[in-house]
Amino acid sequence: MIERTPILNLVTQLVLFVGLVVALAPFVFVAIAATHDLRDVNLVPMPLLPGHNFIDNLATAWHRAGLGPKLVNSLIFAGGVAIGKVVVSAFTAYAIVFFRFPGRQLLFWSIFVTLMLPLEVRIVPTYAVAANVLGPYQAILDITGITSLVEALSGIRLDLQFGLLNSYPGLILPLVATATGTFLYRQFFLTLPDELVEAAKMDGAGPIRFFFDIVLPLSRNNIAALATIMFLWAWNQYLWPLLVTTEPEHATAVTALKSLIPNEGGIPEWNVAMAGTLIVMLPTLIVVIVMQRWFVRGLIASEK
Amino acid sequence: MAEISLRHVAKSYGRTPVVHAIDLEVAAGEFIVILGPSGCGKSTLLRMIAGLEAITAGEIAIGGRVVNDLEPRERGCAMVFQNYALYPHMTVADNIGYALKVAGVAKAERLARIEKVADALGLRDLLGRRPAQLSGGQRQRVAMGRAMIREPAVFLFDEPLSNLDAELRVRMRVEIRKLHDRLGATSIFVTHDQVEAMTLADRIVVLHGGRVEQIGTPYAIYHQPASHFVAGFIGSPAMNRLDGRVGPAATVVFADGTTIAVPDLDLPEGQAVTLGIRPEDLRVGSEAPEDGIRHRLAIDFVEHLGPAALVHGRFAGHDFVASVPRHIAFTVVEGLTFTMPVETMHLFDSTTGRRIGIDAARE
Amino acid sequence: MEKRATFGSWWIGIAFAVPQVILIFTFFYWPAGEAIYWSLTLQQPWGGGNIWVGLDNFRQILDDPIYWASVLRSVVFAVASTGLAMGGALILAVFVDRECTGSRLYRVVLIWPYGIAAPALGLAFRFLMAPEAGFLAFLNQIAPGLWDPGLNGTDAMIEIIVAFSWKYVGYDFIFFLSALQAIPRAQIEAAALDGAGWLRRLRDIQLPLLTPTVFFLLVIDLTESFQDSFGIVDIMTAGGPARATELMVYKIYFDGFRGFDYSGAAAQSIILMVLIMLLTVLQFRFIERRVHYK
Repeated sequence: MIERTPILNLVTQLVLFVGLVVALAPFVFVAIAATHDLRDVNLVPMPLLPGHNFIDNLATAWHRAGLGPKLVNSLIFAGGVAIGKVVVSAFTAYAIVFFRFPGRQLLFWSIFVTLMLPLEVRIVPTYAVAANVLGPYQAILDITGITSLVEALSGIRLDLQFGLLNSYPGLILPLVATATGTFLYRQFFLTLPDELVEAAKMDGAGPIRFFFDIVLPLSRNNIAALATIMFLWAWNQYLWPLLVTTEPEHATAVTALKSLIPNEGGIPEWNVAMAGTLIVMLPTLIVVIVMQRWFVRGLIASEK
Repeated sequence: MAEISLRHVAKSYGRTPVVHAIDLEVAAGEFIVILGPSGCGKSTLLRMIAGLEAITAGEIAIGGRVVNDLEPRERGCAMVFQNYALYPHMTVADNIGYALKVAGVAKAERLARIEKVADALGLRDLLGRRPAQLSGGQRQRVAMGRAMIREPAVFLFDEPLSNLDAELRVRMRVEIRKLHDRLGATSIFVTHDQVEAMTLADRIVVLHGGRVEQIGTPYAIYHQPASHFVAGFIGSPAMNRLDGRVGPAATVVFADGTTIAVPDLDLPEGQAVTLGIRPEDLRVGSEAPEDGIRHRLAIDFVEHLGPAALVHGRFAGHDFVASVPRHIAFTVVEGLTFTMPVETMHLFDSTTGRRIGIDAARE
Repeated sequence: MEKRATFGSWWIGIAFAVPQVILIFTFFYWPAGEAIYWSLTLQQPWGGGNIWVGLDNFRQILDDPIYWASVLRSVVFAVASTGLAMGGALILAVFVDRECTGSRLYRVVLIWPYGIAAPALGLAFRFLMAPEAGFLAFLNQIAPGLWDPGLNGTDAMIEIIVAFSWKYVGYDFIFFLSALQAIPRAQIEAAALDGAGWLRRLRDIQLPLLTPTVFFLLVIDLTESFQDSFGIVDIMTAGGPARATELMVYKIYFDGFRGFDYSGAAAQSIILMVLIMLLTVLQFRFIERRVHYK
């Protein structure tokens, strides 16, 4: 379309440039602050030319917050959530879309409801479950009278105990237990033509074969998109890891940032804090940049 | 090779019947075309034979074995789908060989059989490609290959040519028939295209509203349509059908007073009947016999098709079409003279739509 | 929407669903149910029996001015940060959609903020907006004491709103841009042939067609402002100064895990759950209407 709009074009460029600066400035500022020494970082205004203490600051932040093992924890945690989501959601969506079984609608809605209530608002009881993941089942046994029955019969008191605090499953499983991915897959599965199922039936493939030979390979794009957003989402989790990991060796990188906040009245080591921030935000930033296409697609598909 | 028999096969969704008790015996090696307008239940019928739809009542037997409760894979049928339903992420070779892989056939044998099928269909150079990289005709061939490789006793085709362009459709039609003759399997082919039906079929099953209108050879279907519907559905342009009443002395009288003699007509006077005659059966212009009863068609407009012209006009109170071979001259102003040869007339009961056997009495 | 072709062996289907069912039962429905139970009882921390108190917990909370203050703060935070994020994102998306030179670059860079963990950007903004160092400290050189989120509650609130909005501009931008690009070009070209200039087309065609997206993002942003704010608040202000930034989720966490008031925290959770469910239902009604739109 031919349009002569020189002024509008100028405004466009100006607005977008301001937007770009606002979006990038914090990254740049953090990166520069991370290169200064203690004196320079506290100067007002802070010198915008990089200093020479970058490596030192990184090393200090690394050791002070114990970032090495915590980054590994984060990686396992976020990777675990991503894989768990990808697998469990695919299974569930497959069941909902390709089968007709009694209670299917109930299942659909009970999964749907989980979209509504994020972990943060039911944090206290979820924590109690993580402390003893078999607690719900013990309670069911108690209420239904099976516990007392077994005790009367065998003299053994059933006491199911299995704590997930300070463990990877404890970090990962509650975050897998929501519906985001299920609906992403469902939308995609519904676009697969019916004839594909029928062709597979004619070829003699049953439901399990069809899932692994046809459905999963065709879902590659969705898997990539879902894995990307779930990895980012899990990596960026804060409250849950903070609660579940009471021992520092199990903590994640994001929660470790808290130990880098300069204390009121203490030494304002902002250079170290910013170096730590940089290390923690870098992995997700790289994922966003490399996986941009999947990231955007996954967000839009899973929320709609 | 297997014979197929349907006995009172019916299907309904909830309380809506889509296929009414159908009986059909298909001989081993026969090529049957199920023909009908969209929504007549022809695809449903095919899918019931394949085992993709459960039947509500009746019995289906393939090769003498009742298959009502057998899964598709246990029935020994192969199917070519309308949109081919190729697996988009697999190569042509994997698509063709998938059924063998599922059946656990060893890789070496699988490859050998894939190559054999690919050679037969001219797909040899395309085996490494994916469906998205193929043309419509090539995809169609892959779909055929996928059906062929299992060496099935029965081939089922669900409008496999409808997504191809006109030229390719003619070519693939010939190939499908050749393939059928070579493999000797029983074939059931669903289509809404009468030309496909006429050229491919040993016998045609005309389906309308979930009921069988007529089963017969293409020749019989064309020359002795069993009902008003079949008469209108088969043939292009459609048969002229004139609604009138039986008059005195073996005639049919129309609302505008036109009277046409139908020798040997033996029906109570006043009965509502439909007189049918195909546009190409009329004797027109200079070919109209001098001794016959000559009619005149007032011409509204003319479609020139090349070998013949279709002349549209009004006759006996109805829209009327005559096919005029190109060597016969006529002018729009003068209109068209024609006669109706008695042996090409068809008569139908207007109430039931069924054929009235004037020709049977004549023969 | 339903599939026509499905598999008959339904027990295999159920088997596929089992992992998810176990997970959501254990980590979703049981805790959610327990939250209701706890909110109606008086819980001893770390298990030690409980007493049925009916709605007393709710009564206590709803009578507590500190709770209402946190609700009010949450609403202020939610409205301000949602407005800021959506406004900024809409402007950026509209201009990027013009596809002038460099729009590809903007399209890539403008979504980066959303990839950053809330606590990480919290720490970054805490430094940027610190009173004695960083970016905003020059304000205090001009007029000492003008800016101090550590002491001034309003400043602290501004601080967390800015940090949160910065992240969600990136998020909203993704949705606005994709909605804008989904508008058929023919509609815009038709309007151009009708003589409508850019601003007029924006007002008459593009913005009305964005209403569904606006509603959708409104609900998402409001919901996220209740939950994703936790990391920002904890790192930047820890709810201070003097509770000035104590939002609802932060208070739940604080009462439950620092004050060991499980019952109170559970009751607050229930109230927040109801609130978020109401928002979601609202959104659903809207999405349903949108289907009729088409």
